[in-house]
Amino acid sequence: MPVSLVLPKLVGQRVKRREDPRLIQGGATYVDDVKIAGMLHIGFKRSDVAHARIRAIDTSAAEAMDGVEAVFTGAHIAELLAPMPIGTPFPAPVHRAVAVDTVRYVGEPVAVVVAADRYIARDALDAITVEYDVLPAVVNPELAMTGKPAVIHPDFPNNLAVALVPSGTGVTPNGKTDDSAIDAAFASADVVISQRMVNHRLVPNAMEPRGVVAHYEPGKGSLTIWSSTQNPHILRTMIAAMNGLGQDQVRAIAPEVGGGFGAKINVYGEEYVAAAISKRLGMPVKWIEDRSEAFLATTHGRDLIGYVELAARRDGKVLGMRIRLIADVGAYNMLLTAAIPTLAMLMASGTYDIPAIRTTLTEVFTNKTPTDAYRGAGRPEASYFVERAMDMLARELKMDPADVRRRNFIAPTQFPFQTQMGAVYDSGDYEKALDAALQAADWNALKAQRDAARAEGRLVGLGLAMYVEICGVGPSSSMATGGWEHAQVTVERDGRISATTGASPHGQGNETTFAQMLADQFGVALDHITIHHGDTAIVKQGIGTFGSRSQAVGGTTLHMAGAKVKTKMARFAAEMLEASVADLVFENGTIAVKGAPASAKAFSDVAAFAYVPVPLPEGMEPGLSEEAFFEPTNNTYPFGCHISMLEIDRETGEPKLLKLVAVDDAGNLINPLIVEGQIHGGLAQGIGQAMIEEAVYDESGQLVTGSFMDYALPRASDFPRFELHSTVTPTPINPLGAKGVGEAGTLGSTPCIVSAAVDALSEFGVTHIDMMLRPEKLWRIIHGGQS
Amino acid sequence: MTAVSMTVNGRVRKGQVEPRLLLVYFLREQLNLTGTHIGCDTSQCGACTVLIDGRSVKSCTVFAVQADGSNITTIEGLAAGSELHPVQEGFWHEHGLQCGYCTPGMIMSAVDLLADNAQPTEREIREGISGNFCRCTGYQHIVNAIQYAAKKVGSPESASKR
Repeated sequence: MPVSLVLPKLVGQRVKRREDPRLIQGGATYVDDVKIAGMLHIGFKRSDVAHARIRAIDTSAAEAMDGVEAVFTGAHIAELLAPMPIGTPFPAPVHRAVAVDTVRYVGEPVAVVVAADRYIARDALDAITVEYDVLPAVVNPELAMTGKPAVIHPDFPNNLAVALVPSGTGVTPNGKTDDSAIDAAFASADVVISQRMVNHRLVPNAMEPRGVVAHYEPGKGSLTIWSSTQNPHILRTMIAAMNGLGQDQVRAIAPEVGGGFGAKINVYGEEYVAAAISKRLGMPVKWIEDRSEAFLATTHGRDLIGYVELAARRDGKVLGMRIRLIADVGAYNMLLTAAIPTLAMLMASGTYDIPAIRTTLTEVFTNKTPTDAYRGAGRPEASYFVERAMDMLARELKMDPADVRRRNFIAPTQFPFQTQMGAVYDSGDYEKALDAALQAADWNALKAQRDAARAEGRLVGLGLAMYVEICGVGPSSSMATGGWEHAQVTVERDGRISATTGASPHGQGNETTFAQMLADQFGVALDHITIHHGDTAIVKQGIGTFGSRSQAVGGTTLHMAGAKVKTKMARFAAEMLEASVADLVFENGTIAVKGAPASAKAFSDVAAFAYVPVPLPEGMEPGLSEEAFFEPTNNTYPFGCHISMLEIDRETGEPKLLKLVAVDDAGNLINPLIVEGQIHGGLAQGIGQAMIEEAVYDESGQLVTGSFMDYALPRASDFPRFELHSTVTPTPINPLGAKGVGEAGTLGSTPCIVSAAVDALSEFGVTHIDMMLRPEKLWRIIHGGQS
Repeated sequence: MTAVSMTVNGRVRKGQVEPRLLLVYFLREQLNLTGTHIGCDTSQCGACTVLIDGRSVKSCTVFAVQADGSNITTIEGLAAGSELHPVQEGFWHEHGLQCGYCTPGMIMSAVDLLADNAQPTEREIREGISGNFCRCTGYQHIVNAIQYAAKKVGSPESASKR
């Protein structure tokens, strides 16, 4: 390594991604690109009715087709696989990977075909006939709570998965409640805001649908499974348990993963089935989800109704808040389904110091695709409810929406701050973010623009929303998987660095940000570092990438493993330089005695010595490879403020987003370029929810928006240029001070856009509009119909 | 089975296909050109976009037999050896991708867009790629990437090379 090279510090720099050369040249390997000799293709026959008893399945024509290896019905699969486990401590109904006698949502598998190629598999699926005795479909969650029109799971009366669980002020851990504080807050209020709000159902729609390749090798007794997953180690654990194998006998690989957004956390029936069939047949098998299947078979997000009440004084101070939540969880509990709405409870009070809060949570089964995590997972719902309520309060009190928020912020001096819901916010300066947003957007000028537009008869509105979210999830006490991450850093014999991380990415750029950190830590060039991930045979342990935890938890773990190696390497260097460890500096590809650059040893020379240490320093082992587990003591709580300007066409009701300004505080940033990309993507999904995306079911339980022809996935032409700014409030929870940023964009954008729409239509006396902002809905408000 | 022959990334490639085989499967399964992706089954998402005789086409809307005799460029054939195409370079430089799944199709659409309109406005870029979905980026860095490429292709240095 040239001693004269001066390396720039990389943490905090806009470093181009190291992942990209393979991705922009078609060289990446996604799961559908995996081919194994003799590989068979799996297809799933899925229910086309929402709720029915299976009277008969005839697979004979399919079995007789050339190229069909086998057909399995639910009864056959039930012999191979136990009911699917969940990852939350909530009661759950029996859920088979393939339905045995009853189907409970459109898209639920009823049979599996194994064929020579995917075309034959599709032909064979078409040749299977299923006779159903159709039952009434349960689609309205509030009706479902009364047991009407049917009960979906016999052990869950009135379709209640979780019934009226209270939380907040006056609720003890054993569930006893004392209502005095919350009742007093409402009794002493000058104004009470009361609104039913719907945070509607969405389809995550990662651009790569799910897929799996399973390869059981009978002679070895081991299984390799490739899957488009966010968490290969969790997948390995569950595939092993379900298939009667040890964790040492299963290798899970997340190859290149084409987006996840929470929907690829869950371990799905298709993964268990592929593994079980490969084991049964002794052959490699592949299943690739079609988009039409993905709409039905991959978990949905959101779908939470909130009855929100805010009690306040006339000066804008909020005294109390009640939220009754009703979650439509669909037909079954998946891995995290039941826990997602609890995060909406936990974050109910947002950035505000609200002295009394009571939430109750009810989760209801319906004949729809199950819900689970989707970007933000409970926190966007919470921010939507509290921010819309704050906006309604501002409107009621004729206050500026910024002022009413300012009056209620948790002050910077109050951190760490324990909310009435039990969350302990790590750090924050909410007024700073608000002021930064007001300044960046030029709030007063925007108001003048809006008023001028209105004077011309245009319908223009402004919206403002704060958010605080949970990132860097978090201690094992809150996660059944364990809440840590694992890393190993090895300085190789040639002085290059190999590192492994359990934070298995799917677009986050971890290969770049993690290498930036190690480059600075060791004083070496970025291209001397390789980050390995996504393969349980290479990465010893791990949890995965979700809950905006890659950097805050995974990055910290890598930093700690790096520090261990560096400490050991310094001892070898000290031996070579006959110096004290405390006097050494790692920089520019060398290790030198501070103030004596001529003494420098090349990094690679010290590495070589560590592997052939003659003499071996006393008390030391050879080699340079160390691992670390890191478990944070708490989540991190990033925050921000989003401002939007929106215009609604008076003639057509069509809304158009004119401006979106986002100030986000994610703590210290490793790579601002990547952070911006994360925020842009989150904004797009939040704006998509507010304006055009919605999973719509009809009365018979059919997903009406079941393809990209019907479900409005945002296009480039749907957005203005986003304007991003940041404040930096480091977290004390980890040594990097990094909080996480993956989900932030979905939190502020939805309430700020709906508030802008309400503002635009304020002349019609409207105080709230449910998402999404369908032109017809807005047109009816403008033209005197019901919203 | 029907015999097909087409030029793909400068090489003549022949195959025997079922008439119903989509071009995207011919490219991916028979020619092992897996850089072209499949993101939907209704021809909305654009992940499978390739150039057929120089124009961007969603290769899931075309049967392999329909492409018989044509000249096809996929993402694997876009760079000139080790030199990235300006659009590829733009995507890298401007962080125009995250998970990368939509990227090959998005890049091929952008190449065609710039062939039609070498100096598009931001609005024209956003309209021009509206047949391609990206779920990760919110499109802003993709727009920047295409602007980068337009600027590079339109620069005097690049013009003199051509």
